[in-house]
Amino acid sequence: MQALVIAAHGSHLNPDASDPTYAHADTIRETGAFDEVREAFWKEEPHFREVIRTLESDEVFVVPLFISEGYFTEEVIPRELRFEDWDPDKWESDGTSASQATVEAEDVGKTIHYCGPVGTHDAMTDVIVQRAETATEDPDVGEGFGLSVVGHGTDRNENSAKAIEYHSDRIAERDRFDEVKALFMDEEPEVDDVTDYFESEDIVVVPLFIADGYHTQEDIPEDMGLTEDYRLGWDVPADVDGHRVWYTGAVGTEDLMADVVLERAADAGADIGDAREAVRELAASVADPEPSAGAGAGD
Amino acid sequence: MTVATDDLETLLDRAASGIAFDGLCIEESDDGYSLETPANEWTGLDEDELRRALDAADEYVTNWRYWQERVGGEGTARRAFLRWCERAPLADAESDDATTGPWSESGEGDANAGQDSLAVPERYDALRDGIDREWGQLSVTARFVDVEDPDGERVYDLWHVDDADSDIAELEVYDDPRDARELATYDDDGRYRPLKTAPTLPAGWAFTGLSGADLVETVEFFYPATVANWHRELRGNLDVDHWLETAERQTGIYDVIDELPREAVEWMAEACCVDSQCLRRREWQYEEGDELDADGGDGPFPCREPCSLVVAAARKWTTLESETEHTYELELTTSELNQLEELIDAVADGRTDEIREADVYDGANRYRARYLRAKRFDDDGNLGARQVDE
Ligand code: SF4
Repeated sequence: MQALVIAAHGSHLNPDASDPTYAHADTIRETGAFDEVREAFWKEEPHFREVIRTLESDEVFVVPLFISEGYFTEEVIPRELRFEDWDPDKWESDGTSASQATVEAEDVGKTIHYCGPVGTHDAMTDVIVQRAETATEDPDVGEGFGLSVVGHGTDRNENSAKAIEYHSDRIAERDRFDEVKALFMDEEPEVDDVTDYFESEDIVVVPLFIADGYHTQEDIPEDMGLTEDYRLGWDVPADVDGHRVWYTGAVGTEDLMADVVLERAADAGADIGDAREAVRELAASVADPEPSAGAGAGD
Repeated sequence: MTVATDDLETLLDRAASGIAFDGLCIEESDDGYSLETPANEWTGLDEDELRRALDAADEYVTNWRYWQERVGGEGTARRAFLRWCERAPLADAESDDATTGPWSESGEGDANAGQDSLAVPERYDALRDGIDREWGQLSVTARFVDVEDPDGERVYDLWHVDDADSDIAELEVYDDPRDARELATYDDDGRYRPLKTAPTLPAGWAFTGLSGADLVETVEFFYPATVANWHRELRGNLDVDHWLETAERQTGIYDVIDELPREAVEWMAEACCVDSQCLRRREWQYEEGDELDADGGDGPFPCREPCSLVVAAARKWTTLESETEHTYELELTTSELNQLEELIDAVADGRTDEIREADVYDGANRYRARYLRAKRFDDDGNLGARQVDE
């Protein structure tokens, strides 16, 4: 038997923070690729600490629903899941290349494949592009458009910026959008000045965040000047300094994220049959262009 | 009732290697088969005689089939929980390591474990009407699918304990375990429930006719990991992490919480972990051998370490406890002092919503509070207490 654990942050204050985790877990449950699928959280239940013991499977794939390698993926999750002799070097990563490490947990006799975070997987590039498509309601969006991938920046750890730049570079190489630029909340180049960095009249802004919260639904829209007050919502697109800015919300809510989770597990050796095809079809068929502006605050 | 033919065939297949389960004992030897139940014993049977004898012991046979062929999962928490649901003897509770803790409301975990459990004939009688058990605010009923002519197949119903007497027609009926996630997200006032085991689960819903596996999944969506930890406790291997270990393990913004004074940990447990706030039974203490006085509660499922909510709150209390105390002076009448106490009690007990609009006899009534504020607060909105030390 094999089990999948999706490890996410969750929130004590915002009930919506776990929605993407549940949604992606449910999509994967529908495929039947794993005997057991569990959500696990740092701030909700089941907590990281107690999730593995709820599984009957002896082979467990843990996929962190986080954007980058760093404090949570390297320190908190391994400690809370009680990995024996954990060391981030087991990932042999340059900051964005962690794939998987096989470890044992002290409290259960199970083999655990600890995967790199979803945010740094190559398939994430497709999800960002898909978010640009859903935000503009145009499956061929690209020509005449600039695309900005937005992230936290370095104040937390340098790998967060690396992940943003990694995907920006990959999208730029595809020559689909006229311009591609990585922007940050806490450092230069800053998302506040988004229109300064683009010549294109139309700019799609995709925040590389897992869940909507106050960063994606309050700070960023206000910082970019989409709205005076996030509570009033904003137009998609919104007119800012002679540009049209297309902004919805966290990329982590995109249906295709379930595919990234599956790929992470498959890279680590999970037998997922044709689950990926099923998920990709599902994601393509779900046209959900409704902007989700105005969700509640994160914790 | 006769035993279904496939059940017999499966049973005969397994008989060669011997069967001993829930009072049913079958062995094959050179003299033929022997069959034993608590009520009867047959020996030296040939295959036809065994079939006839098994027909006479049909309850044991269908019971065997349900547990061994349908539920399976020997040694798993899922199986133990389903056994507990119908008051079947729990294999795990009989081991030497088994807990002596109060892991169920009827004290089955103690040395008298066997006494409260039901043998097959009594269980079969009870399953016709349904056997009810409580798990926090959940009421679980185990019953036969076919009451008239039970073939051993069980299903499970689940609802809120407050709905025990409700007409099922008045409840919202669900059958997908995942629906439990939604139901567990908000309380009756629409507030988010970050602690799943808070005693604020709303009523008004029912899951009916669940399979055993779906029942366990549903219960685990309502109360995550409670079945696994209950089972560990039952087997005597619950790994409790006490306050100090948990606090010292923390890093990042929670790194500071191991500085929380011991007496504050006591107040924290009293504030957060008693049954009126959380249905898990707190098993963690300050540290091994240093027990907290606060009541841990007596629910069926244990709490094995401070949860994330308590860890997050502890961070706040660590900051607050680092402040020094002062002596203040302020003018109040005796009744006003009493009123301050009433106000704190009302908030701490979550009673403010219940205080009637015109009940000015209650110190936590809104008009009373507004009056006190109008009288005692200065223009800056302060109570105007004067620090008299230093
Ligand atoms: S630490 Fe206290 S509040 Fe948290 S789950 Fe345990 S008993 Fe409940």
